[in-house]
Amino acid sequence: MLRRRLNRLLGGDERRVDSRTIYVGHRSSSTSEVFIPPKFCDNRIVSSKYTVWNFLPKNLFEQFRRIANFYFLIIFLVQVIVDTPTSPVTSGLPLFFVITVTAIKQGYEDWLRHKADNEVNKYLVTVLEQGRKIRKESEKIKVGDVVEVEEDETFPCDLILLQSSRDDDTCFVTTASLDGESNHKTHYTVPDMEKDLESLNATIECEQPQPDLYKFVGRMHIYKNEQETAVRSLGPENLLLKGATLKNTQKICGVAVYTGMETKMALNYQGKSQKRSAVEKSINAFLLVYLCILVSKALVCTTLKYVWQSKPGQDEPWYNEKTQKEKDTNLYLKMFTDFLSFMVLFNFIIPVSMYVTVEMQKFLGSFFITWDKDFFDPEIKEGALVNTSDLNEELGQVEYVFTDKTGTLTQNNMEFIECCIDGFQYKYRDANSELDGFCVTDGPVNKVQQKAGREREELFLRALCLCHTVQVKESTQQSQGDGLIDQVDGFGVDGEVPHPPQEQRGFIASSPDEVALVKGAMRYGFTFLGLESKTMKILTRNNDVEMYELLHVLNFDPVRRRMSVIVRSKSGDTLLFCKGADSSIFPRVRQEEVERIRMNVERNATEGYRTLCVAYKYLSAEEYAQADAGLREARLALQDREEKLITVYNQVETGMSLIGATAVEDRLQEEAAETMEALQGAGIKVWVLTGDKMETAKSTCYACRLFQRNTELLELTVRTLEDGGKKREKRLKDLLHEYHKKAVQDAPPVKAGVTRTWSSATQDYGFIIDGATLSMVLNSSSESNSSCNKNLFLEICQNCASVLCCRMAPLQKAQIVKMVKNSKGSPITLSIGDGANDVSMILEAHVGIGIKGKEGRQAVRNSDYAIPKLKHLKKLLLAHGHLYYVRIAHLVQYFFYKNLCFILPQFLYQFFCGYSQQPLYDAAYLTMYNICFTSMPILAYSLLEQHICMEVLLDNSTLYREIAKNAMLRWGPFLYWTLLGVFHGLLFFFGVRYLFSNPALQDNGQVFGNWSYGTIVFTVLVFTVTLKLALDTRHWTWINHFVIWGSLAFYMFFSFFWGGIIWPFLKQQRLYFVFANMLSSVSAWLVIILLILLSLLPEILLVVFRKPRGPHTRQMKHRLPSSGTSTIFMLSQTASSHSFSWSD
Amino acid sequence: MMASSYNAKEEDGPNSGASNNGGAGVVKSKKPDNTAFKQQRLPAWQPILTAGTVLPAFFVIGLIFIPIGIGLFVSSNNIKEFEIDYTGVDLNNPCYNCAKNFSWNSTTPCLCSVPFTLEQPFESNVFMYYGLSNFYQNHRRYVKSRDDSQLNGDQSALKNPSKECEPYRTSEGQPIAPCGAIANSLFNDTLELYYIDSNGTKNTIPLVKKGIAWWTDKHVKFRNPGGNNNLTVAFQGTSKPVNWRKPVYELDPSDPENNGFINEDFIVWMRTAALPTFRKLYRIIQKKSSTTPTLPSGKYILDITYNYPVLSFDGRKRMILSTISWMGGKNPFLGIAYITVGSICFFLGVVLLIIHHKYDTRNNSPDIPN
Repeated sequence: MLRRRLNRLLGGDERRVDSRTIYVGHRSSSTSEVFIPPKFCDNRIVSSKYTVWNFLPKNLFEQFRRIANFYFLIIFLVQVIVDTPTSPVTSGLPLFFVITVTAIKQGYEDWLRHKADNEVNKYLVTVLEQGRKIRKESEKIKVGDVVEVEEDETFPCDLILLQSSRDDDTCFVTTASLDGESNHKTHYTVPDMEKDLESLNATIECEQPQPDLYKFVGRMHIYKNEQETAVRSLGPENLLLKGATLKNTQKICGVAVYTGMETKMALNYQGKSQKRSAVEKSINAFLLVYLCILVSKALVCTTLKYVWQSKPGQDEPWYNEKTQKEKDTNLYLKMFTDFLSFMVLFNFIIPVSMYVTVEMQKFLGSFFITWDKDFFDPEIKEGALVNTSDLNEELGQVEYVFTDKTGTLTQNNMEFIECCIDGFQYKYRDANSELDGFCVTDGPVNKVQQKAGREREELFLRALCLCHTVQVKESTQQSQGDGLIDQVDGFGVDGEVPHPPQEQRGFIASSPDEVALVKGAMRYGFTFLGLESKTMKILTRNNDVEMYELLHVLNFDPVRRRMSVIVRSKSGDTLLFCKGADSSIFPRVRQEEVERIRMNVERNATEGYRTLCVAYKYLSAEEYAQADAGLREARLALQDREEKLITVYNQVETGMSLIGATAVEDRLQEEAAETMEALQGAGIKVWVLTGDKMETAKSTCYACRLFQRNTELLELTVRTLEDGGKKREKRLKDLLHEYHKKAVQDAPPVKAGVTRTWSSATQDYGFIIDGATLSMVLNSSSESNSSCNKNLFLEICQNCASVLCCRMAPLQKAQIVKMVKNSKGSPITLSIGDGANDVSMILEAHVGIGIKGKEGRQAVRNSDYAIPKLKHLKKLLLAHGHLYYVRIAHLVQYFFYKNLCFILPQFLYQFFCGYSQQPLYDAAYLTMYNICFTSMPILAYSLLEQHICMEVLLDNSTLYREIAKNAMLRWGPFLYWTLLGVFHGLLFFFGVRYLFSNPALQDNGQVFGNWSYGTIVFTVLVFTVTLKLALDTRHWTWINHFVIWGSLAFYMFFSFFWGGIIWPFLKQQRLYFVFANMLSSVSAWLVIILLILLSLLPEILLVVFRKPRGPHTRQMKHRLPSSGTSTIFMLSQTASSHSFSWSD
Repeated sequence: MMASSYNAKEEDGPNSGASNNGGAGVVKSKKPDNTAFKQQRLPAWQPILTAGTVLPAFFVIGLIFIPIGIGLFVSSNNIKEFEIDYTGVDLNNPCYNCAKNFSWNSTTPCLCSVPFTLEQPFESNVFMYYGLSNFYQNHRRYVKSRDDSQLNGDQSALKNPSKECEPYRTSEGQPIAPCGAIANSLFNDTLELYYIDSNGTKNTIPLVKKGIAWWTDKHVKFRNPGGNNNLTVAFQGTSKPVNWRKPVYELDPSDPENNGFINEDFIVWMRTAALPTFRKLYRIIQKKSSTTPTLPSGKYILDITYNYPVLSFDGRKRMILSTISWMGGKNPFLGIAYITVGSICFFLGVVLLIIHHKYDTRNNSPDIPN
C-alpha cells in the first residue's frame, strides 16, 4: 500500500495518464529526447500482510477493529483504570487468549505466504541485457526487461511475447493456476517482429494495470531507423500472464510490461468481498439486546445504590469507612465510575468466548463438508471444496436457488445428434452402418431418404470443420498424460479413422459444443487435422487434404452469441463461416432460407437439444479488404476496442446464407430431477437462469421436474408480447396484470409452514421470461412504470413454483439474483453454476456454489463452496446445511442463555450487598466459566449434533422447511431461551438465598460465608447448564460423553485444586477450602441436587409434551422412476407430455 | 477471526505453477478418508425422551424426594433454637443504657444482663451464635479490606500491609496488624451464660471457644508471624486496629494456641458473611452426660459486655442458642422444598400416566429410527 502510494508520488506524471510507455530493453526511442526511465514497481510479489517489524502493531490494530474485540478491550481498560470489582485479569486473560490464538494463526499463515512469496521472488530467471543472458532473481525484473522463459516455466511477470522458438510465431500456455482452465491457449508474437532482439528499438504503449485477465490493449512502436516507425496492435493474445505456464514451446522471449503487484494475477488476488451470514446478523441483534440488558442492569444498580446510600448510616458505617481519596472524589464522577464498575461486573453477559467458539465451530465444521465422501466424484477425483466457512449455516436457510442450465442441470457433455442441411434432416446412425455415404436420413417423421445436394452437404461439413477455435492435441503430449484427460475427447472412438497415428489425438476447446461439432463432422467424413501457421487442414471424405488460410477469427462472446471465421481457400475464394444461436443468425441471413431451417431448429429445441445454425458467405476481394481494414483498425484501437470490434463484426456478419443447423444433446446431470424435486420439497424455489433458448431450457425444466405436467406456464417472452398486436410496453403491462391476478390474487393464501404436498389440488404455476423482456421489465422507460412492473413481476415470480429465465446475459443473471435478494423479507439466495458466465450471479447471491465442471474453474474460484456434481447439492443443503444451521443456532442461543443465568445471580446479589459491586463468584470462576467449564460441551455439540440423522434428512426434504426463515434464531426462540436463563438465574440465587437464611450448614455448627454462597450457586450453575445441553443432545457420540462428563469432572477437580492450596501469587485466598467444606455439608449437597433438578424439570416436561415428530416419516414418499440413466426416455416423455400445456 | 483467512491456500497460487512441474503426472487421489468421524457416522446413542421413559423417573424422583423432605422437615423441627435480641433499642431492654451511652473512648466496659427462660430443655451439644442484622459484611469495600498474606504470618506483609486495607492500613505511622476493615470491626461483645436453678443461684455454664472456626482456616490459612510463642515480640512495630481495645496478641492471653491471628473468634469474624443478616458461631456448650440435658428448661441470664455499637447504622444484635442436626442449623426451607418438588414430580408422574394411557401408546413409539 505504502509502496504504491510512494510510487504515485515519485512517478507522478506517468501515473496520471491512462497508459504507460515502456521502452523495450530500456533503449530510448530517440537520442534527442531526454530519456527519463519511468518508475514502475519492481517485480516483487507481496502477498504477505506483515513483516517481522510491523506484525505486532498491525495485527493488533486489525484485530481490535473487530467490534467485539474492541468492546472487550474497553472493558479491560476500564478495569485497569477504574477501581472495579473484578481484577483486570478476569477479562484480560480471555481477551489475551483470543488475541494470541488469532495472532499466532494469522502469523503462521503469513509466514506461509512469505515462504511462497520468496519462492516466487527468488526464482532465477534469464534476462537479456545488452545481448548477454543474465540469470537474475525474479524480483529484480524491471518493466522493460526482456525475459527469456523456457518450456514448463511460469512467466515471472506479465510479458508481451516478442519471440517464440516455434516457427509459426506462437506459443502455448496454460492458465491453470490463474483461472483453472487447463487447456492450451495459443498466444502470438507481435506481428512482423525482427528476429534480432538486441537491435530492437521499440516502445510499448499500453493501458494501466487492470485486473481483467482477458482484456489488454496496447500498441507497439517499432523504430526501424530514424524515420520509419511501425505500429503494431497488441491484444490479450500477445500478453503472457504471470502465473501461466509455457507449454509445447521451447522458449520464448518477452518484454515485461506489468511487474510485481501490478501484474494481472496479483491484482486478481486482492480480496473477495466477505459475505456475512444471516446468523451473524441475528447474533448482532441479540448482542444488542444483551447490551441493553447490561446497560439497564448497570443503570438500575447505580440508581439504587445512591438511593440506598442516601439513608443515614448506610453509606459509610463506622466499620467500613471510605478512604480519603474516595471521600474527595466528585459525586458525579463517582456515579460514573460506579456505573462503569457495574458494567464491568456484568460484562460477562456478553461472552468473549462466543466469538471464538462460533469461529471454531465454523472453521472445524466446514471440514465435514470437505471430508464427506459422498461429495467425492470418481471422475474428476475430487471432493467438495470449501472456500469460506462463514456460510455453513446459510446452507440451511436457502429459499431461492438460482441455477444455471448448461453444465449444472445438464452434464455439458455434448454429443452430436443430428443436423439439418437446407431443411433436410440427417441423423447420424450409430456405428459403422454407412462408411461411404454419410447422408443417412432417419426417422419416420421425415421426408424419407431425401437429401440435400451433395455440394451443400460438403459446404456444411466444411463449415463445421472450419468455424471453431478447436485445437488438436498433439500425440506427444498425450504420452505425458498430463492430467487433462477430461478436456480431451478421444479421437479414435469409432475405430475408422483413416490415419492411425492420429488415433492418439484429441480435440481441445474451451467449449464442449465445438468439440462435439468437430467430432460430428468427423463422423461424416470431414476431419479437422489442425491449425498450423494460420493454415487449417481438413481431410475430406475423399481423403484429400484441403488447406485453408485462416484470415480472421471473429470471436464468440455471449452477447453476440455467434462466432465466425474468415478463411481463404486454396482456390483463392474468401469465405466467411458463421455459427451461432438461431436468434442471432436468423436476422443476418436471407429470409427465404430461414423457414425451412426454423422448423427443424424448433423441433430440436423442444426435444431438449442445443441447436446452432451455420451460415456462410463469400467475400469479394473488396469486401474482404474493407473488413480486413476495419478489423485491423479496431484491433489497434486503444480505447473502446471491444465496442469497435463488435461494430465491425456486426458489419461483416450480414447478408449470409444459411446452410443448416446442428443439434447437440446435452444430457441431464445424474439425479438432476431427484435433486430438484428434493429442493422443491424442501420449500426452496428453483429458478433456472440460462443463456440458452427458451424451448431447450423449457424441456430441460420438464425433464428436471421443475415443471410438472399440471403446471400452468405463464410466459412473458418476446413472442407473447408480439402476439397481441398492441404496443409492447402496453402488452407487457397487461400480461403482468393478468398473470398477477392468476398467480397472486386468486391463489389461496398459503399459510406459512404449511407443506405443499405433491397431490395438492392447488394449481402450480411456472413462469418463463426471456432476457429481452426482462430488461424491458427492469428498465422501463418511465420510472414509476418500471417500479410497478418490477413489483408485479417479483410477486408473480414469488408465487410460482419455478421460474425459468432464458436468454440471459451474465449480468442479467446477477440482476435477477439481486432483485430477489433485496425483495421483501430478504430471502436467502443460492446460486449454482459452473461457467464463467455464472460468476456474477455466484458472487451476488448469499451463497455461491460452483460446480467443478468442464468450463474452467472460474466459477469454482469465485464460489463459496464447490461441488463436483449437481446431485451433491441435495446433501449439501438438506443434510449439511440443515445440521449446521441447527448446530449454530443452538450454539448461539445456548451461549446467551448460559451467560444470562451466569450473571443474573450476580446482579441479584447486588440487592443484598448494598449495591457495592461485590462479585458473587470468585475471579477464577468468573474467568474460567466460559473458557473451560462450559465451552467444550457446546463446541462438541455444535460439531457433532445430528438431531435427526442424515439419512432421514435426505429422505424427508420437508424437514428443511422447519428451519426455514431463520426459525431457530427468531425472537420467539430467543425469548424462550432468555426466559429460561432468567428462570434458572432466579432459581439458583433464591434457592441458595433461602438456604443461607441460616448459614450454619455444617453438622459441627460452623457457618458458611459469602464465598461459599457463590460457590454453591456456581456449582449448581455449571451442572445445570451442562446438563441442559446434555438434555438437548440427541446424538451422543463418545466425544459428547467425554466432554460433557469431562467438563463436570474438570470443574470438580479444578475447584478442589484451586481451593486446596494457598496460592502465593494471590492477594486473597478467598476460596481456600471453600469447595471442600461445601461438599462436607449435607445441606449443600441437597440444595444443589434440588436446584439442578428443579431447573431441568420444565425442560424435561417440554420435551415430553412436545408434539411427536410423526408426520414426516408417515408422509408418502414421492419417488420418481429411478432416473439418471434413462434421461433420454424422460426427455422424450416430457416432450410429448408438455405439448398440450404449451399449446394453450 | 479464524475463517477470514481460511482460503489462504488459494493465495499460494504464485508458486503452484512453478513447483508443479509442467502439471504432468501427479494425479493424487484426494478421496476423503472413509472414517466414521469424518463421515459423521460415529456410533451414537440417541436418547428419546418420551412419556414412557420419563414416567418412571418422575415416580422415582417423587418417591425419593418426599421421604428426604419429610426427614429434613422433621429434623429441622426437632432442632431447638432460641433467639434473643439484646441490642437495646427500647427503653425496657436491659441494654438500653449501654446502647444509648456508647462511646468509643470510654475505658470502663458497659455491662448489662438479659434474663430469659428456656421453655424446653436443649439436648446434646448446644451452639451459641451471635447474630447481626443490617451489617454489610459483604460490602465490596469491606470484603476486600484484608491482607491474607499478613494473616498467614508473612513478615513483609506484616510490616507493609496490602493497599486494599486502606483506610485501615496504618495508624500513627505504624502498620496495623491485622489490617483492614474486617479485622478492625471485630465483634467484641463478651457473652456469658448463667443458669438460675430452682433455688436462685447463678450457675456458670461453661462455654467452649475452640472448634468454632474451620479447621483449615485455623491451621493453615491463619498463622502468627514467627510461631505462636512470644507474640508480643512478633507484633512489635505494628499497631493495633483503631477500634480495638487491645492488641492482637492479647486476644486470648490464656491460651497461646488461640492467640494472635489464630484466635478462633477472630477467624470466624474474618470469614465474611454472605448476607447482611447473619449469624456467627460464638461458643459451644458441650453435652455433659447422656442423662441430663445440656441446657435444662428454666431461667437463664445472659451477661453482656456491651462493646459493639450497631445503632448508628440501624443494626441489631442477637444471641442465638441452637442445637444442630446432620443438616446443620434449623432451616425448614430445604424440607419444604423437597416435599414440594417431590410431590410435583409425583403428581406429574400421575398426570403423565393418565395421558400415557388415555392417548394410545402407539404415538409414543420413537418415530425417528436410530
